[in-house]
Amino acid sequence: MSEQIYNRESFLTSLAQNLGRSTPKTVERPTWKHQPQWQILKNASQDELVTVFKKQCETIHTDVIETESDQLADVIHERVKSYNGKSISAWKDERFHQYDIFSKTDATIHKWDPRMKDNVAQTESADIGITFCDLALAESGTIVLFSNENQGRSVSLLPTTYIALVPKSLIVPRMSQATRKIHLLMKEGEFPATCVNFISGPSNSADIEMNLVVGMHGPIRTTYVVISNL
Amino acid sequence: MPMRIGTTTFNDRIEKGINDEFMRDSVRSAQERLLGKRLDAAEELGSWEDWRNLGEEIRSHTLEYLDYYLYELSEKVKENGGHVYFAKTAEEANHYIQKVVKRKNGKKIIKSKSMVTEEISMNEALESIGCDVIESDLGEYILQVDDHDPPSHIVVPALHKNKSQIRDVFKEKLGYLNTDKPEELTLFAREKLRKEFLSADIGITGCNFAVAESGTITLVTNEGNARLATTLPKTQITVMGMERIVPTWEELDVMISLLSRSAVGQKLTTYVTALSGPKSPLEGDGPEEFHLVIVDNGRSNIIGTEFQEALHCIRCAACINVCPVYRHVGGHGYGSIYPGPIGAVISPLLGGYEEYGELPFASTLCAACTDACPVKIPLHELLNKHRKNIIEGRGLSAEKIAMRGFQYGTTLPILYQVGTKLAPFLSLPFQTNSFLTKGPGPLKAWTTIRDMPAPNNERFRDWFKKRQKEESFE
Repeated sequence: MSEQIYNRESFLTSLAQNLGRSTPKTVERPTWKHQPQWQILKNASQDELVTVFKKQCETIHTDVIETESDQLADVIHERVKSYNGKSISAWKDERFHQYDIFSKTDATIHKWDPRMKDNVAQTESADIGITFCDLALAESGTIVLFSNENQGRSVSLLPTTYIALVPKSLIVPRMSQATRKIHLLMKEGEFPATCVNFISGPSNSADIEMNLVVGMHGPIRTTYVVISNL
Repeated sequence: MPMRIGTTTFNDRIEKGINDEFMRDSVRSAQERLLGKRLDAAEELGSWEDWRNLGEEIRSHTLEYLDYYLYELSEKVKENGGHVYFAKTAEEANHYIQKVVKRKNGKKIIKSKSMVTEEISMNEALESIGCDVIESDLGEYILQVDDHDPPSHIVVPALHKNKSQIRDVFKEKLGYLNTDKPEELTLFAREKLRKEFLSADIGITGCNFAVAESGTITLVTNEGNARLATTLPKTQITVMGMERIVPTWEELDVMISLLSRSAVGQKLTTYVTALSGPKSPLEGDGPEEFHLVIVDNGRSNIIGTEFQEALHCIRCAACINVCPVYRHVGGHGYGSIYPGPIGAVISPLLGGYEEYGELPFASTLCAACTDACPVKIPLHELLNKHRKNIIEGRGLSAEKIAMRGFQYGTTLPILYQVGTKLAPFLSLPFQTNSFLTKGPGPLKAWTTIRDMPAPNNERFRDWFKKRQKEESFE
């Protein structure tokens, strides 16, 4: 299949006919008359954003721990112990080394490595997945992850427990700021990732009699560690 | 399954729905819960009307230039290294998907929830070439295991089933041994399905919104199944209704904010996953091959007509969750995979009046749906336009339509049902004692000058006959 686009011309021509014109060469995206999204948490300070973020995490069944970078090793050690985690899968991220994050835990560590073939299998058998985040959204208690060769999609998905490390400076008011950033990167030809995930807490389902069950296909437990000096 | 569900008549379906106490209880409580959550979410957000206006503005603009944005989307998907197939019909879409699956020698296919693949009967098409197609959304999985029971709600597909029924299905079909606790049932499904995800050859997803500027498709779930279906299998096929697109990431934000709040009352669903083509060669997970199938299947016939706004729909089901008719007959009553007010608007548009001409009459025109719609589709007006079309199709002059409609309603079996079986429920808001004092639609003119007996104790048709008889003696 070397061809990449099939049947486009006939499809779009008949669509244009129904629209009563030919397909325009360019379309100016209008300035929307209503833009309520920019009013939310408009002048909030970084501290206020952390407060909103933490509050929202209560409703999405996610624990939040606030700490500083020099305490990270202790925090991770404690958390992993409390989850009874024996093995960890983590992104390949120099910050893990920089802040000695795994120096105190006894769990075995699998680092995502693009040269290895068994990343997915290792991650699937790990008890806990740990990643940094690329952005975080205060309003919805969301972390944003950009996937790339060092940042596997599976790490935040396959293990039953997931821990996200959230540098405080990366928290923005809501999704609008994140999508605008991606939009602007796009325009500069620097699209951030083949896969962008917005994650708000552990997976869940209410498909049986509308009863919320936390833990469906993705992680069953989630902790966010907010790092206040980063 | 195709868009049409069940083989029974509208009468029988409604009869069945109205007599199904469990289903009606669960629909009632689901409606109340979802409505409550949606209203809370809207109130919390503040300026909900501004949000709706923005949603409407974005959808109108996008549909007005749909050809342009689809062109841009396909160019970008190509740049990202993916394939795009424009399918005019369900058959074309299925044929292409079969071709990709055969070429990849795909046997096991894992799916995340998608209405459009139901609409085009994709599962059947793949099963016919020997594939094992597994639904991974918990609700869809339950229905599939239960010999393909049709969905009854577009967001909560197994709403009509209780936990003991689900336990029995799992027990009988899958050897499940535990209790009917939702936690245990869910865990069982998780473990079963995780194995399927890990061994599937191909992942097939729907698409909540495509982003034209970057060739991205986005998937919104709470369960995480769409993430698994696009992380583990080597080939990804995404099927989208051609109208499910936004110009840029900035509009994606708005539409997802509206969808999450309107569908489930969440600020964002647990996962919003945005995928732009196949993985890069160095990445260790994600699909190596990506195919986007853009489906028309009757949608372009709606473009440029008085029904164009129906294509603004973002499939949140807010209209379904406030509909008094849905409340009483349940999803299966509509005989379409698209139930409720939006289903009564689009099922006839996609499937024709012959098949679905009854549905626009299964409405009280109370307009609760229009008020609930996050992108301000005037649903009750579109239902009324359908009614008008259907009646005018009988060659009636304009001034007679209202009363002819009334007569038509009382003589056609469908409205016999609405008029007699549903009336005790539907007329409540209009009723004082046992008389209708401010009747809806054609009744309005009548009841402003005289009261009409409420149809509680007497079937409408019987009353009407008696009345005609009385009149003939006058």
